[in-house]
Amino acid sequence: MNRALALIALLGCVCLSSRSWAELVVEVTHGQDNAIPIAIVPFATPTDAAAPFDVAQLVSADLTRSGRFKPMDRKDMIEQPHTGANVIFDDWRRLNNDYMLVGQLQLLGPDQYNIVFELFNVLTHERLLGYQITANQAGLRLASHQVADMVFQKILGIRGAFATRIAYISVLGHLPNRKYQLVVADADGVNPRIVMESNEPLMSPAWSPDGQSLAYVSFEARLPTIYVQTLKTGERHPVSARAGVNQAPAWSPDGKKLALTLSTRDGNLDIYIVDLATQALTRVTTDPGIDTEAQWSNDGQSLYFTSDRAGGPQIYKIGIGPGDRPTRLTFQGAYNARPRVSPDGSQLAFVTQENGAYHIATLDLKGRGESQVLTHGGFDVSPSYAPNGAEILYATRAQGRGVLALVSADGRVQERLASSEGEVQEPAWSPF
Amino acid sequence: MSMKRIMAIACLMAGAALFSGCAKKATTVEPPTAGTQVSGTASTAGAGGASTSGSAYGAGASGSGDYNGGANGVGTVIYFDFDKSDIKTEYQDIVSATARNLTSHPNLKLRLEGNTDERGTREYNIGLGERRAQAVKRALMLEGVAESQLTTVSFGAERPAKEGDDESAWAQNRRVSLVYLP
Repeated sequence: MNRALALIALLGCVCLSSRSWAELVVEVTHGQDNAIPIAIVPFATPTDAAAPFDVAQLVSADLTRSGRFKPMDRKDMIEQPHTGANVIFDDWRRLNNDYMLVGQLQLLGPDQYNIVFELFNVLTHERLLGYQITANQAGLRLASHQVADMVFQKILGIRGAFATRIAYISVLGHLPNRKYQLVVADADGVNPRIVMESNEPLMSPAWSPDGQSLAYVSFEARLPTIYVQTLKTGERHPVSARAGVNQAPAWSPDGKKLALTLSTRDGNLDIYIVDLATQALTRVTTDPGIDTEAQWSNDGQSLYFTSDRAGGPQIYKIGIGPGDRPTRLTFQGAYNARPRVSPDGSQLAFVTQENGAYHIATLDLKGRGESQVLTHGGFDVSPSYAPNGAEILYATRAQGRGVLALVSADGRVQERLASSEGEVQEPAWSPF
Repeated sequence: MSMKRIMAIACLMAGAALFSGCAKKATTVEPPTAGTQVSGTASTAGAGGASTSGSAYGAGASGSGDYNGGANGVGTVIYFDFDKSDIKTEYQDIVSATARNLTSHPNLKLRLEGNTDERGTREYNIGLGERRAQAVKRALMLEGVAESQLTTVSFGAERPAKEGDDESAWAQNRRVSLVYLP
């Protein structure tokens, strides 16, 4: 069944004030052919609730966005059971469902809700999940993402990443009056919050491994400075404002160090490691070419990075120990850059250029080192893995604007997150 | 701002005006900087062992909010070919005129702002922009300019001169802007 360009899931259903930020809307541009059919029955809602929340709608939108599920249109449901006891499985089987989710949103007290839900295998009638999650009104959206996470994990055996966040740079306005914002939103693009705003460029947001802080580059002083900002408090402190380049921060897996790119007086960019507690600086690369875009290996013992030491940019790996020498990893094509390692360490996502067009590609790190081009947008850059490794978020351009897009790690599902305004770039998916 | 400082800036402005008359081509309008927030100066200085070039700039910019030393946003620009950082012969006159101006006014400070077009990865583009700025710096030093008069910064693809997804925009963005500092 061809769903290409057919399915538009509008998720921007929260009411926000008219503040100037870019709301993202998800558009599935190419779904998976063998998406799993599932019936997500509208949840029973308390009649006396002030603003009942549509849990089933959000779970359905999450699962649709993953590209791996094909939720049944609720208009085609001939009945709407809310507990497993009331499900007539043969009816739902006849409507071609493999799974079904039923549940209730219960009002427990003032601003206190309970989401009760059950997941069934329609074929075997087996009850796969039976849970309840308590939340206040403001927490219902997050709780519903958690329901989607549990369904996703139960059926696919992969941890869901719907209840996570994304950071990105939003550029509003036009030359010469551009405004740059560092934004954190829910993984579905809803609830954007401005972390930092400046009239000068902001770049390269990177999540700390505990998800509490972001490192980024700000040109607010007309010179690059790397900051670390704690999201909850908004407190930030400069980590590097050395003479020359201060760029491309990358957290070590233990969160204690940052890899970063600095330059010597003659402009040679190299990769260094700074200890966040002591400010002690260690130089990692020494080549006269451009060495940048470092990313830690999951064991914290090496760095993947971009270097044009052999002419054009290619991806290398180097141990962080003294005297360690780099190994080149990419050989196909003249431009391979900005590596990001998958959460399980089995592959790298990076940017490759073919005939002047930039695409997201992956490199197999465990097997024979095969690479696969996943996207064909032409301006596809800044790949960032979902914390479960199932999807890669990246930046591209559409209708002359910077937008975000998603591709499944196998390349089969493609989606675009259309922004309501401005340019959106440099997405970074949070850890769990 | 002290009287001495005001005089110094006036001299710089005169120098810049004099110089802009020398450049025959490739003079374009820099993105106006009115309204630019020069915040973060204090925190820049606060970084352990950090450079102080940021605070020097911030101090000078406080007067008019115009970081370009009173030249009213007009600067000189050298353009580059795609993925290249060598200075094309057509810009040699600009390099020579700039070098003459700097050597005859040793108190002048010039900032070389390297930029790229939007294609490619953002951080690698920072590297390319820096390489272009360094190419101009080397060319000026070869003509006798003291290194102490020159600073570089790379904005990569982050501060385009022209928006657009075609070569006409890209060609205007692959540039080094020569900016006299107050």
